[in-house]
Amino acid sequence: MDTKAMKIKVAKLSWLVANPYAIVASSILTIFLACAAFSSWLAPYPKEGAGAPNVAHTLIGPSRLHLLGTDELGRDLLSRIIFGARPALLTSLTVVGTAALVGTLLGLIAGFRGGLIDAAVMRLSELFLSFPPLLLSLVAVSLLGPGLRNALIALIVSWWPWYARLIRNESRSIKSQPFVEIAQAMGVSSWKIMTRHLLRNITSSLIVQIAADLGTVILAAGSLAFIGLGAQPPSSDWGLMVAQGRTVIFDQWWISTFAGLAIFIVVLAFNLLGDELRDYLDPRKRAK
Amino acid sequence: MIRLLWKRLTSASLVLLAASFFTFILARIVPSDPALAYVGPKSTAADEVRIRTMLGLDQPIPVQYFKYLKDVISGNWGYSLSTKQPVLHEIANRLPPTIELIAVAVGFAIIFGLIFGMLAARFPHSVGAALIRVLSIAGISVPAFWLGLLLQLLFVGRLGWFPATGEFDLDIKFTNPIHHITGFPLFDAAITGNWVAVTSGLQHIVLPALTLAAYSFGLIARMSRANLLEVFSQDYIKVARAYGVSERVVLFKLALKNAIPPVITVTGLSTAYLITGTFFVEQVYNWPGIGGFAANALISVDYPAIMGITLLGAAGYLTINFIVDLILTKIDPRIEA
Repeated sequence: MDTKAMKIKVAKLSWLVANPYAIVASSILTIFLACAAFSSWLAPYPKEGAGAPNVAHTLIGPSRLHLLGTDELGRDLLSRIIFGARPALLTSLTVVGTAALVGTLLGLIAGFRGGLIDAAVMRLSELFLSFPPLLLSLVAVSLLGPGLRNALIALIVSWWPWYARLIRNESRSIKSQPFVEIAQAMGVSSWKIMTRHLLRNITSSLIVQIAADLGTVILAAGSLAFIGLGAQPPSSDWGLMVAQGRTVIFDQWWISTFAGLAIFIVVLAFNLLGDELRDYLDPRKRAK
Repeated sequence: MIRLLWKRLTSASLVLLAASFFTFILARIVPSDPALAYVGPKSTAADEVRIRTMLGLDQPIPVQYFKYLKDVISGNWGYSLSTKQPVLHEIANRLPPTIELIAVAVGFAIIFGLIFGMLAARFPHSVGAALIRVLSIAGISVPAFWLGLLLQLLFVGRLGWFPATGEFDLDIKFTNPIHHITGFPLFDAAITGNWVAVTSGLQHIVLPALTLAAYSFGLIARMSRANLLEVFSQDYIKVARAYGVSERVVLFKLALKNAIPPVITVTGLSTAYLITGTFFVEQVYNWPGIGGFAANALISVDYPAIMGITLLGAAGYLTINFIVDLILTKIDPRIEA
């Protein structure tokens, strides 16, 4: 048992080592996680990172004292960006986690039961997917009122259908395989079949989808904040910082540039890792 | 063909009906009172009652919905709260510049995406292929609003190569006015031979179109590379190569034909993304299109405009999907209508 687990671990490690993209991506994500977890220790000016203004130092360019410069309230931008990691991560985890949970549950039930429930879930998700991506979220958050909480709700609302459809389609194809039919014939309970046989065989597709979505949600939440519908001041949201630096972009270029760079790099890392995971978990490609 | 059209029309009208219901419900749960928003802060109670009756807000909800539906079908999409103009009128005026922007962006995305995808598939183990891979993932990871600002900073602020905002230079209106023929300003300028306006328009459209194109470029490059690699590994390509058929013929005549359908699907999908992409890009570049109008409507909770835009977005999405299906059935005889 132990040696088997060890072997799997070694295999995973060797995959990581052989994959420069995966190494770069996971290093970036490790830094991102560290920033989110230990913001006040890592930030050079933790008080300013948390939002305290420092009017004596407004709009100073990048220098040795302030590596990335300061914003219009004199706050150290590097500290602000480090403090932005936590809201970005929490937003992304909340949205993807809830959407995946709701979508997986509905998808599993729809795929396993079929019939009326299946039709209902599929038509409902089709309705949500008949709008251009992000449009529903934008409309919902506008009508509910701007702010982080409503942005989260709005993003979940337009994200769950993807999971419901993915899980439903996969569980349908697995359900028709002999081992599930045998389990059913032997009287294994529906719940056990769904969690043991269906869900376990879908896990890899689910992981790939989640890895890719974690980045995409950060991008979407940043977009909402940028046009003023997401997180509100004095939040250290990266998209909001890009918007705040926009009015002074030609003179104090560093605010928008570095805040947006943070979004870009983190999303890029998630997408790179998602891509590598897809290749790794795809049995067709692994065989080669 | 006609069967496909009919099938699509019926499902499209169902989706639009559902979309109208959806937007209507959303607009009813607005916490802020639309009547109050309409009359503004300096109104009397009598004004408020008058407006409430005028907007039909004193009727029961189902009655309001059917009235709304009747109005939508008969072309009365309500009045924008912020501009006080008919929503449909605003949409008609602002849609053409947006469609021009999307068209140029999709053009950029297809050209660069296909070229890069083909190069990466042709030389799969080169440094260039690795770079193209990172570049295509960067394309789908970059925030459009930030890319827009960066391009402005670099090409407008530092280098001064392109104008910052708008669709034309402001003096064009006086020196070389564009004659209204189709309503598409850049297109109209081109067919009337108004080259001063065309030049100005092209200079203005490059940066926003590039910004908007980044996402589609990433998807198209990725998809065309992956598909070409798969096609290259098939026997008929191996045979052709063994017979000494030139690489050019292999790529353009044999491989591309089979690699292209998924690329078209992904192009359509990414074009749908561009619809919401314009909300951000048009705001950054002050483009006189529907995207900037939509962004403002969303921020100011201009609910008649929001409802109109939601319907328009759903209709646009359906249209793009329909066009993609049409192209696919035309070029791939295996797909049946």
